[in-house]
Amino acid sequence: MMSVDGLMEGEFFMNGDDACAEGAIAAGCRFFAGYPITPATEVAERMSRRLPEVGGVYIQMEDEIASMNAILGASWAGVKSMTSTSGPGFSLMMENLGLGIMLETPCVLVNIQRAGPSTGIPTLIGQGDMMQARWGSHGHYEIIAVVPDSPQEMFDLTITAFNLSEQFRIPVLIMSDEVVGHMSEKVVMRQVAPEDLVTRPRPAVPPEEYSPYLSGDDLVPPMAVAGEGYRFHVTGLTHDERGYPVMTAEAQDKLVRRLVDKIRLNKKHILRMEEVGLDDAEIVVCAYGITSRVAKRAVQLARQEGIRAGLLRLIVVWPFPEERVRELAAQAGAFIVPEINYGQIVLEVERCAAGRARSILLPHMGGGVHHPETILEAIREAAV
Amino acid sequence: MVLSGSIVGKAASIFDKGYATLTQSYGPEARGGSCTAEVVMSYEPVDYPYVTSPQVIIILAQEAYTKYGRNAPDGTLVIVDPDLVSIPDNTQPDLLCLPATRMARELGRVVVANIIMLGFLAAVSNLLPAEALRKSVEASVPQGTESFNLQAFDLGYAYGREHMGRHDGDSG
Repeated sequence: MMSVDGLMEGEFFMNGDDACAEGAIAAGCRFFAGYPITPATEVAERMSRRLPEVGGVYIQMEDEIASMNAILGASWAGVKSMTSTSGPGFSLMMENLGLGIMLETPCVLVNIQRAGPSTGIPTLIGQGDMMQARWGSHGHYEIIAVVPDSPQEMFDLTITAFNLSEQFRIPVLIMSDEVVGHMSEKVVMRQVAPEDLVTRPRPAVPPEEYSPYLSGDDLVPPMAVAGEGYRFHVTGLTHDERGYPVMTAEAQDKLVRRLVDKIRLNKKHILRMEEVGLDDAEIVVCAYGITSRVAKRAVQLARQEGIRAGLLRLIVVWPFPEERVRELAAQAGAFIVPEINYGQIVLEVERCAAGRARSILLPHMGGGVHHPETILEAIREAAV
Repeated sequence: MVLSGSIVGKAASIFDKGYATLTQSYGPEARGGSCTAEVVMSYEPVDYPYVTSPQVIIILAQEAYTKYGRNAPDGTLVIVDPDLVSIPDNTQPDLLCLPATRMARELGRVVVANIIMLGFLAAVSNLLPAEALRKSVEASVPQGTESFNLQAFDLGYAYGREHMGRHDGDSG
């Protein structure tokens, strides 16, 4: 059912793309700019229909470069904003994703991953953009990326993504995939209580004392809304606390350290993972997105055979849960990392395991998902 | 076809309080060519989202029969529309025929053939309570067409009751 203010409540049988759009609306998103692309089109399509119903704005841009820019502008006007894309569109968004990071602009970018490189297989799944999500824009930065495994999580984690982006003033990536985006399941939607919706830190000082990039202990500066009377200057150039360009190594050091540290030092507030049977696990399957559901089945089957297997499901993949993987490496003999690419997150697992446990890649080139039996066989092999 | 899958999934997960995952073919073929919808239903959360060993396959095209029906595993109930699919021999043990398209045309609109098929499914299989499926039809069809669609559902259900009896396929 629809509430008086146009938010959906109740149980719905719905695909992941649609659930993502509803999650955004529940989170307070009222601006969407995008360019349709398979398999993310349904996100834009639903936003185009729903945003006008809740007093929001949908705009179809000329391309993905402009789309990313438009959501940054909307955010500076004080509106929660989002775009969605896939494959080639994600590549086009990379430059201005960096601008969003540099300007510390809250917004959400949804990537319904398909098989690449290039045009690849537009209608079928890939998980090949995981490292692009981490390092796709130029310069050194930290990013936040969440990975839903179901239409329900497309709803829930989109709300989480908005909250994290507002809390830390950073673009947040939703790294979904074609299978989760297009599969339909029950989605329970609820109105989010106002206290569970995070809004960006606002200036606590009068306009004449405001410095737009001056932060406190949490390293996140308060953000004024354009037109409120606070003076500010935003630029992609390296800037000081007033927002004005300063072309020195010292200013660069101060700014980049803060941009990175505001995520690194606040990691405990950001990380989210699901653990299944890890207490006594000798084999840890580390997976994310749709692949984690296949892995969960394989772990259950392995347990039935008496193999001590467990699952570490990454819900937040960036920043990477280094400490947890290090702990597990001290306990387990091997990590198995199934992913729909030729080895990306396995590199992080291997780095953190640092030789204390084996890291075994189980790649799938895309266009389909692993079969549980394939992962089970890898668990059996690792167990002997 | 995809709407039928959605109605079955909704019946299982919303009206029967279980879990269901629907995956479907995606692309130009879903808009006029051959297409498929797969539904996995369970009273526990669904991990692997695809059908591995189907309990029921509904087939409305010859090509689909060749691909899925002819080699269906033992114990799988295969339902076909005999006006759309010709079965080369009668060796298939678990095969039921429902002239859904013809019945829909006689009822007034050929577009409800899939709903007649769902009524039939409710009568001849134990996949879902008939009432859950019926409620799901009512909740899924365009506004203003509910009673016509329910009429179609009931027609298929009655046909199934009358002609076939209940089919108790393997579960799991």
